[in-house]
Amino acid sequence: MKALRKYLDRVKPNFEPGGKLHSFQSVFDGFETFLYTPNTTSRRGAVNIHDSLDSKRIMIIVVLALVPCLLFGMYNTGYQNWLAAGAVEFPFWQLMAYGFLAVIPRIIVAYVVGLGIEFAVAQMRHEEIQEGFLVTGILIPLICPVETPLWMIAVATAFSVIFVKEVFGGTGYNVFNVALVTRAFLFFAYPAQMSGDKVFVASGSILGLGHDLPDSFTGATPLGQIASFTGDRLELLNLRGDAISSWDAFIGLIPGSFGETSTLCILIGAALLLATGIASWRIMLSVVAGGLLMGWIANIFHTPTYPASFLSPVDQLLFGGFAFAAVFMATDPVTAARTGTGKYIYGLLVGIMAVLIRTYNNGYPEGAMLAVLLANALAPLIDYCVVQANISRRRRRIRAKA
Amino acid sequence: MRKTINLKKGLNLSLNGGLSSTETAATVIPSAVAVIPDDFPGFMPKLDVAEGDTVRAGQPLMHDKGDTDICLVSPISGTVEHIVRGPRRKIERVTVKTSDSHDEHIKHTVATDADGMRRLLKKAGLWAMMRQRPYDIVPDGDSSPRDIFVTAMDTAPLALDMEERISGMHSELEAGVKALSLMTNGHIYIGVRKESELPEINGAEMVEFNPLHPAGNAGVQAANIAPVNKGETIWTLDAVTLAMIGSLMLRGTTDFHVRTALTGSELIEPKVVKTVPGACLADLLAGDIADDGHNHRVISGNVLTGTPEGIDGFLRYPYRQVTVIPEGDDADEFMGWASMRPGKMSTSPSFPGYFLKRRFSPDARLQGGRRAMIMSEVYDKYIPMDILPEYLIKAILAKDIDQMEALGIYEVAPEDFALAEYADPSKIELQHVVRDGLDYLRKEV
Repeated sequence: MKALRKYLDRVKPNFEPGGKLHSFQSVFDGFETFLYTPNTTSRRGAVNIHDSLDSKRIMIIVVLALVPCLLFGMYNTGYQNWLAAGAVEFPFWQLMAYGFLAVIPRIIVAYVVGLGIEFAVAQMRHEEIQEGFLVTGILIPLICPVETPLWMIAVATAFSVIFVKEVFGGTGYNVFNVALVTRAFLFFAYPAQMSGDKVFVASGSILGLGHDLPDSFTGATPLGQIASFTGDRLELLNLRGDAISSWDAFIGLIPGSFGETSTLCILIGAALLLATGIASWRIMLSVVAGGLLMGWIANIFHTPTYPASFLSPVDQLLFGGFAFAAVFMATDPVTAARTGTGKYIYGLLVGIMAVLIRTYNNGYPEGAMLAVLLANALAPLIDYCVVQANISRRRRRIRAKA
Repeated sequence: MRKTINLKKGLNLSLNGGLSSTETAATVIPSAVAVIPDDFPGFMPKLDVAEGDTVRAGQPLMHDKGDTDICLVSPISGTVEHIVRGPRRKIERVTVKTSDSHDEHIKHTVATDADGMRRLLKKAGLWAMMRQRPYDIVPDGDSSPRDIFVTAMDTAPLALDMEERISGMHSELEAGVKALSLMTNGHIYIGVRKESELPEINGAEMVEFNPLHPAGNAGVQAANIAPVNKGETIWTLDAVTLAMIGSLMLRGTTDFHVRTALTGSELIEPKVVKTVPGACLADLLAGDIADDGHNHRVISGNVLTGTPEGIDGFLRYPYRQVTVIPEGDDADEFMGWASMRPGKMSTSPSFPGYFLKRRFSPDARLQGGRRAMIMSEVYDKYIPMDILPEYLIKAILAKDIDQMEALGIYEVAPEDFALAEYADPSKIELQHVVRDGLDYLRKEV
């Protein structure tokens, strides 16, 4: 470790003003502070000691919380491919390897494009590199269908990092969740490719692993099936034609976006986020409450016109991206409501809207994404009301005196 | 029956270097003392002495430009040694070299009417030791406060219990309350720790608080007893200052000697000494700092609000505590953000130290880089007042005066934000922000 420190100290002058690599100062600084906790000490007239928690650790904890979903996504990608090909045996390591090979280019593309822009912007502004994209970069492949073309991921990532985050001032200033806007961009810009029955199951072999599925293959997600369902007895089928139970949806062995299918793995992530206090329990709780409430109402008034209303409230939480949105998307502290009371309202709104959109608009089977984006837009308004309540309490105090 | 207020928000940091005994180990007569006008916000200094003048304890060194009666006095008798000026001839400090007869006091005639009392407090240097809200400054010369809040608690990390400092001074406290009651038509509240042994004081109302920092801040107590509204003024002071006022009333002189806690993980043996404010730290700490080859930070005050002074510095007002911690600029910590070392102090359960009942020796590093406000509701956990700290800070940063007022900037002082600043993962200098906001507001309004 000493040698590394010495090496950094030796090359550091090159990156300082006047050095020949000055235009990479932010990048160097990013790597240096990543490797060694900066020795900057507090100035006079401020607090002399600081909590050990910093933004790097916060972001890494969120990434760790996403790892179960990522691993399960790999397995499930393989599993769906094997299942669609009609296999009867599911060799664990082959499935994992297949899923790994399917997702790794997408992770790399998201990180290279996003971090590249972050580095460039940090250098332009002469700021330190902000860690927000560490989380965004892993979220993007997790919420996209596995067959999303790489170039689309690159375009969508670049769009949302620049126009949703950097133009507002970077991490901490954005109004909308960057990863979700990436997903929404894909959804609205390339509707033909991004919805429908094809993209959610990996359909080709990679490096000799997996199975090439015929062109005529379709593998609709449960929510996709619901949206196009007619009749009055709802039955969801997996790729082999067997019925999907709530338990399957909980475990996550169903077609869907890469990391969103397994409610179990999402709960593991949620446990980590709540135990470390990184995500707000208020938001998670109220999103779930909102989802259950709306699911219950929809279920009471179930009608064949809106087939998703046949789902039980609990199934509403298990299918699609609802659980993932509740745990990882709605809780993004920057774009969520920031006041305690506001968080309850914001969470309820996300939960209710997610089920509402999913149930009553067959065109958008994935309501959670739109619900979170909508709530992001309304979060400042919610907070405004909470802040006004505090302000008028203070005003009343004066009036009571007068 | 005393009113009891249980504050839920706050945090008592568990640090190494606390006092093992509250007995006074020694009386230290420093070789020199400094009076630093910057420690008295709102005070615009004009010199009353020149280098080489002899002064007695209690003799004015400077007076305020606005109200010429308000003085900063020498806490000790001796000779004016240096008048140190900074950029634009700003007076940075006046140092007094202690003479052998260090205890020669100015004797005042005690007044009995309100105007005379005001003048006396101003002349005796005690006025400047109080603070007013709004703005957390030395009270305006003509201000008459709605209420006066005295804190008899020191909940700051490693601090000596305030009651240790004022025990046996009942008559002084009572005389102090009597003097202050001439200044206000309202109440005089004394905030004491729960189950305090302090006897009732005539003319004052005692309110008990649970000793969870920052419950000892006079402003926090005020916010929970009767918050300041726009257009109102309150005064805040601590019980030691109250006792000094009392002693001036009883004897006509002020004894500035006060028990001062020398604390911190880098001291060989933390202890309590009796000394005067402004004492030079080298004399206080002679031979006490552990010589372990690391850089040290000598803080005048506590770790949360104190000023890093260095060993050449002075004990600055309003602190009655010195803390020595590792500076940390010589630490090369590899991937500290990933560390699971149990010695890392944090309010986050992601560090094992959070779960351990142990004491920590944190250094002065920021432990990360400065970022925009990312996590929400961090500040709220450490500020037991009915304000929304995040929004207030944003309003200050945006210089939005209406919003600052609406969000209650008149109720706060920088010290109230100290714990939040400690816990903030974005490492924003909240106390600086609040100080700048208060100064800006005072200039503009």
